[in-house]
Amino acid sequence: MDKKKRKIDLFSHELVPKHILLSKEEAEKLLKELNIRPEQLPWIKKSDPAAVAIGAKPGDIVKIVRKSSTAGEVIVYRYVIDK
Amino acid sequence: MTENIQKEIKKKLKELQKKNILPPLIIEQLREKLLQLKITKKQLNRIIEEVIKAYKMALVEPGEAVGTVAAQSIGEPGTQMTLRTFHYAGVAELNVTLGLPRLIEIVDARRNPSTPMMTIYLEEEYCHSEEKAREIAQKIEMTKIENVARNVEIDLVNRRILIVLDPELMRNKGVKMEEVAERLKKLKKGEVVVEDNIIYVERKTEKLPELQRLLEKIRNLQIKGIKGITRVIIRKIKETNEYVLYTEGSNLAEVIKVPGVDFTRTKTNNIHEIAEVLGIEAARNIIIEEAMGVLEEQGLDVDIRHIMLVADLMTATGEVKQIGRHGVSGEKPSVFARAAFEVTVKHLLEASLRGEQDVLRGVAENVIIGQEIPLGTGSLELLMYTLKHKEEESSSG
Repeated sequence: MDKKKRKIDLFSHELVPKHILLSKEEAEKLLKELNIRPEQLPWIKKSDPAAVAIGAKPGDIVKIVRKSSTAGEVIVYRYVIDK
Repeated sequence: MTENIQKEIKKKLKELQKKNILPPLIIEQLREKLLQLKITKKQLNRIIEEVIKAYKMALVEPGEAVGTVAAQSIGEPGTQMTLRTFHYAGVAELNVTLGLPRLIEIVDARRNPSTPMMTIYLEEEYCHSEEKAREIAQKIEMTKIENVARNVEIDLVNRRILIVLDPELMRNKGVKMEEVAERLKKLKKGEVVVEDNIIYVERKTEKLPELQRLLEKIRNLQIKGIKGITRVIIRKIKETNEYVLYTEGSNLAEVIKVPGVDFTRTKTNNIHEIAEVLGIEAARNIIIEEAMGVLEEQGLDVDIRHIMLVADLMTATGEVKQIGRHGVSGEKPSVFARAAFEVTVKHLLEASLRGEQDVLRGVAENVIIGQEIPLGTGSLELLMYTLKHKEEESSSG
């Protein structure tokens, strides 16, 4: 089947939280705030559908806004890895 | 006066939101409760102060052994679970693995669950009529020739294959005669002749094994539907009054391409498939959902935070990893921690061959060595400037 036949917005799925690509400055500020190296964050593969959808490249940091049943909304970060 | 205080409440809450001191859910609950109250500014400040204090008290302390607590909290009620594999989940005709076997399947991150299953929601124009729902069901259900044929056999005399189709079965599955013939022609294994309900595939060959191979191939020839979906069941959900499809077998990537399927709500219980199609964050969510579903179905009340921790750990490297020898536990950096878990000798032997070092930062390795473990108060070290103190004391005294 043709991929372009039906455009699907990945983030409209109820299981997929919002992914936001951080700029270099934002990423630096975040790492300073948390006082960690980027590899210490959880990872996301560059081939991950959500990473592809926002155009994230290895070395980037992705901000994820999860819906949570305990806190309402939680912000987490993932480090894009080359895989 | 009351208007003033309401404004004040909103202002204060907005400040809280900005400062990120309380999670959004608590702020929302606070807003709801506060707006009903008749209070003064002083009381408002006091309430917010107390809420923040209570929230901070409820937080996990640094150095707390959350993993151990999660393991105990899932493991203990887990002993009460049924060991029996099969059970039904809402749909009586569908067998779905539940109970302990399913929970093990989830944490082991098996590539294929023993009973793959999809829940397919339909778009507005299809979900209210059974007829339209059936239309989509027919498009999704994998139909092979043997599913619509009364008989498929070799005609030895004429060296051909004889397919007797069943009109009723064909109507049921929404398959047309021409479709079957077309599909057979595409196979290019012989001339296709249609006669009423019978289709012949002429194969001019003397070899019997060749005919037999062709027979097998034709039987399993897929005419319609999506690979892997062996059965589709249509059910009406009473609360929302809409038709939903449940399937045996799973193929998310293909199903979401079918027009009329509501992509936003369609799910599968195959965690790896979710990770491939929807990404690692969606996989984390489905792990939590599936695990909680199993526990709740068994009437067990496990706090969702424990499951979240497990799901976080399983998805931390960007792909779904099992909790166990081939996943999380097998990839610990410490030799001793790995050896303490499973296959002790193998890990020790390989580590000695490679000349591995162990920095003794984890729990298991320090237990083995007989040192204080890095947990709770053991997770920090205190340094004192004893010399400086002495100097100060001597100079002042």
